[in-house]
Amino acid sequence: MRREAPQKLSDYGPLFFPAMMLIVFFVVPFATMIAVSFFQRQQGGFYVPAFEFANYERFLSLFFANVLGFSLMLAVTVAICCIVLAVPFTYLLTRMKRKVQIVWLVALLSVLSLSEVIIGFAWSTLFSRTAGITNLLVMAGIMSEAKALLPSFGAVLTGMVYQAFPYTVLVLYPALVRLDPTLTEAARTLGASPIKAFFTVVIPALRNTITATLIMVFIFALGSYLLPQLLGRPQHWTLSVLITDQAIYQSNMPFAAAMAVFLVLVTLGLVALTVLAGRKGEAA
Amino acid sequence: MSGLALNNVTKEFGTFTAVNNVELTVPHGTFVCMLGPSGCGKTTLLRMIAGLDLPTGGTIQLDGEDITHVPTHKRNLGMVFQSLALFPHLTVGENIAYPLRIRGAPKEDQKKRVDELLSMIHLGGYSDRPVSKLSGGQRQRVAIARALAISPKLFLLDEPLSALDAKLREAMQVELRQLQQQLGITTIVVTHDQREAMTMADTVVVMKGGEIRQAASPIEIYRRPADTFVADFIGSTNLLEAEADSTGGVAVLGQPVSGVSLGAGVRKATLSIRPEDVHLTAPGNGALSGTVTFVRDLGGTIETFVDIAGRQIVAVSTPRARPDVTVGQPVGLVLLPDVCVVLAK
Repeated sequence: MRREAPQKLSDYGPLFFPAMMLIVFFVVPFATMIAVSFFQRQQGGFYVPAFEFANYERFLSLFFANVLGFSLMLAVTVAICCIVLAVPFTYLLTRMKRKVQIVWLVALLSVLSLSEVIIGFAWSTLFSRTAGITNLLVMAGIMSEAKALLPSFGAVLTGMVYQAFPYTVLVLYPALVRLDPTLTEAARTLGASPIKAFFTVVIPALRNTITATLIMVFIFALGSYLLPQLLGRPQHWTLSVLITDQAIYQSNMPFAAAMAVFLVLVTLGLVALTVLAGRKGEAA
Repeated sequence: MSGLALNNVTKEFGTFTAVNNVELTVPHGTFVCMLGPSGCGKTTLLRMIAGLDLPTGGTIQLDGEDITHVPTHKRNLGMVFQSLALFPHLTVGENIAYPLRIRGAPKEDQKKRVDELLSMIHLGGYSDRPVSKLSGGQRQRVAIARALAISPKLFLLDEPLSALDAKLREAMQVELRQLQQQLGITTIVVTHDQREAMTMADTVVVMKGGEIRQAASPIEIYRRPADTFVADFIGSTNLLEAEADSTGGVAVLGQPVSGVSLGAGVRKATLSIRPEDVHLTAPGNGALSGTVTFVRDLGGTIETFVDIAGRQIVAVSTPRARPDVTVGQPVGLVLLPDVCVVLAK
């Protein structure tokens, strides 16, 4: 359907409210943050307006480069784990009976209602030596004695994948429901086993959806700052943890703002690269 | 035995029987059309032959080998779906090469076979186009070429032409039949369009309620329908009630008719007469008499509606033999005994 472009100023009326909300709650805070990132910090938790690059200069060190590198690596790993788990899961889910699908979707939605704090503490209990899942393995005779599985990288990864998994499924679900089931049937009649059909037809046909979901989970995981602290060691802390630390505990708002701006820029750059790579792949 | 054999094939979904005890043999190289109204079980039967659904009873044999429980991908068949199911992420050439790629054929062989098939379906040079850029008829041909890429033992088509407009559909029917004869491949088409079945098939299988009502050549089905359902479903027909009295005299719609026999001991039956076999004559000359209620002049054919005792009978004539009748005029109808089919009640 083609519509006429807005002619008069009043035609933009319906846009006024959302635009105002966006400006007040997104553009203004973000601009403030960018401004603060150039301010000068005063001892005692205050800052004065200025225009200096000291905060950005401080950030350009090997330590922060390592933290940034680790944050990106963790987010990418979480995104890949979520996709690897969620695509087959959602595919099978869409092939189930409607009633079964609803039960699963409700269960996933209820995970979304859990806060990051609850998820963090729940997993720290499950991974503990005294009350954790290793006790079950000991009871089953698989392990000889219970041990703590945290703090560790695996624990951080598990917690974050658990948190991001429902989002991943919910984003993939509509695309998979719409996928024509005769595509896989056709692949089977043409000689592909069900597993081969999944990898040669379902995955490639969903390439764009999977890329979009990957980006979404990646950005979601970048913002996680509680789970790395609850389940990991200091070397597993992400840039988001350091930003929180600077902003709240060190009261260094300008530096925290500078780090946040930098993180946003790096993220946007990576997303742009992914989109470009996807376009090139399509053109080829 | 070479070909396909269905032995007592049954499919039940819960308490609903979609396909009931179907017996059918399809000799190698024949073209079979399964015809019936929607919900008659024809698609389910085709899906069972393809292995996409498992029968709840009976066996399916291909070239003497029991394939009832062989998974779809090991049956070496080609199937065209109603939705065509072309892979949207692949080009025309990649779609056609898919069954070859899956079987690990060398790249050069794949390319050679794709070029061969593309020229067969008159789409040479289309190999690198995305399937989304094709017209409906072109997609149809690509789906057919993809299904034929491995030279399958069995070629199955589920309502393949239903998405095309009427003109293109008629052209594709002829093309499909010619292609099948050229390749000599055993082909089964599911359709609800009787014209399509008549155009293409060696054998038409008429189904209703999960059962085969009649399986025969198109002309046999048309000329000698097995029951009133088949007579009415294939083409159009006049179904007339006939009664025999104790002396063997037959009355059609209450008027005595000579020369027609219902068979020994049959008291009540239905006569099926094709409209083109009903001839109009002067009142009193024919076997039956009635009144003209409507004349539909279509140019190529003229349909005359005649009312006899509240029943509408249609006679079709060509313009050369245009009947000189007007609405309200009494006419006589000639019933030729050899074109009347007696169907048991």
